Amino acid sequence: MARVQLVHVAHTRSGDKGDTANVGVIAYDSEHYDLLCSQLTADRVKAHFGSMVRGDVERFELPNLGALNFLLHGALGGGGTMSLMNDAQGKVFSTALLRIEIEVPDEVAHAVQGRGRMPADGAMRRSERTP
Amino acid sequence: MSDNGRVVRVASGQGFWGDDLEAPVRQVEGGPIDYLMLDYLAEVTMSIMQKQRARDPNAGYARDFVSLMQRIFPACIKQGVRVVTNAGGVNPRGCAEALAEAGRTAGVAGRATVGLVTGDDLMDRLDSLLGEGHELRHMETGAPLCEVRERVQSANAYIGAAPIVRALEFGADVIVTGRSTDTALTYGPLMHEFGWAVDDVDQIAAGVVAGHINECGAQSTGGNCMIDWWQVPDLAAVGFPIVEVGADGAFVVTKHHGSGGWVTRASVTEQILYEMGDPTTYITPDVIVDFTSIQLDDQGDDRVRVHGITGRARTDFLKVSIAYSAGWKATGTLTYSWPDAAAKAKAADRVLRERLDRLGLRFDEMRTELVGWDSTHGALAGEPPADLPEVQLRVGVRADERASVERFTREIAPLVLTGPPSVTGFAGGRPRVQEIMAYWPALIERSVVEPHLVVDVKEV
Repeated sequence: MARVQLVHVAHTRSGDKGDTANVGVIAYDSEHYDLLCSQLTADRVKAHFGSMVRGDVERFELPNLGALNFLLHGALGGGGTMSLMNDAQGKVFSTALLRIEIEVPDEVAHAVQGRGRMPADGAMRRSERTP
Repeated sequence: MSDNGRVVRVASGQGFWGDDLEAPVRQVEGGPIDYLMLDYLAEVTMSIMQKQRARDPNAGYARDFVSLMQRIFPACIKQGVRVVTNAGGVNPRGCAEALAEAGRTAGVAGRATVGLVTGDDLMDRLDSLLGEGHELRHMETGAPLCEVRERVQSANAYIGAAPIVRALEFGADVIVTGRSTDTALTYGPLMHEFGWAVDDVDQIAAGVVAGHINECGAQSTGGNCMIDWWQVPDLAAVGFPIVEVGADGAFVVTKHHGSGGWVTRASVTEQILYEMGDPTTYITPDVIVDFTSIQLDDQGDDRVRVHGITGRARTDFLKVSIAYSAGWKATGTLTYSWPDAAAKAKAADRVLRERLDRLGLRFDEMRTELVGWDSTHGALAGEPPADLPEVQLRVGVRADERASVERFTREIAPLVLTGPPSVTGFAGGRPRVQEIMAYWPALIERSVVEPHLVVDVKEV
């Protein structure tokens, strides 16, 4: 087994509902959805965010989309116009979760190397795309 | 069946108030569409509009929408594109009147009709509703609204598609609503086109998902798309989503040929998860949707098929969006440069806090962030390195009293000459004091609201 950062295994999107941030986590490869389920428990996510999330963390499963959805309660400094946070609406909250490390089989760690990060020649690859 | 194979195209033109002004023009000019939906409202938007109406009774809606229609009204009428929007905000009547005026200026007088939906505004009825025992308890805290009644500035029910369907039946070319549910701007036209009834829960549920994919504009077509973002083509001319929906509710998400961005399984999935709660129970005024039933087939060529969606019967309640005054806030920023940028910023923060303390000022909350280091990832960012090229100190305060927040805004600039060195970025002047309009979500019986909804269709 090896430890890899979530950024290599999943992409995310977040948004707000009042003082609650939601973090959707989508496996790049749907075969890795089960790994997300076993590794990203609500407790682990709560511990990862520490003082950034004052309330509970809830987890919901969407196997049809290879995705998990987390609700982080009390994460947005009161939410909406009340909040003093730069990210008052939790728009990039999900990227903080991408830092978490999960345990994966060695071959998965090898396969996902570099995934989720812009390659050094990213701009070049864009122009090389077939039309 | 006559609907066999028939497809209705609902195009998204705005994902929020402040979105790409050219997007709806591109949607109308870029290829065939049947409906253009324009979503202008969010939790925060209603309170901003409320503040504007408090200053000017003619304001309180998305003025952008009126100037947009002045540009595209003739093309919409010529092509038979019907427009559905919640641009009315807290003043839909004012919005519809300005729209009619814009229509006359644009030369569509006598050839176009405007539908106005009112009745979602509960402000004038609030005391009688409370008196009748509707407590309007906060959906998260459970507190009854009477605790903040004196400070309530606006109260609007999230209404469903029925008035939109009615206005379309009356022949309206453009429909202006107040706090219509975002997704209803998409599924309302579909209910009208396909004759879906309230108990056609699976079809309406599919329409809700189509609406959810439409309601944030390009966020489903490559904008703000995390996966391989560096490869998304031509974001400068990003195509906004178009849903092509059939009578059974199954639909394809796509965008105009030749437009930028991309529509892929991943781009659509990211948007589906946006602002998601319990995915099995996505509640709208007209149906409860199970998002775990959604099936996506990426057909390539910027087409993703969405099907298999199931719904359950709607609840007896509507959500109410209430805004109330909750004090004042301000945020000040200063930029510190290398060397030891973060240490200087932290030292400046200590000086500022000590001065505020000596002035005897008290705040309900005071928050310090280092933009460029920890303002988005908090403590997860760790300790900033000494060689950080620069960092922005961002300090915010919140208080019930305006005066103490006002005084705070006068304590930022002095730090430039009286605090730690190598500081800049104060040219914008003193920070602005903002009134906080807090959000109070509540539920109310639909039977209390729906009989009061009025649909009014008038010729321009």
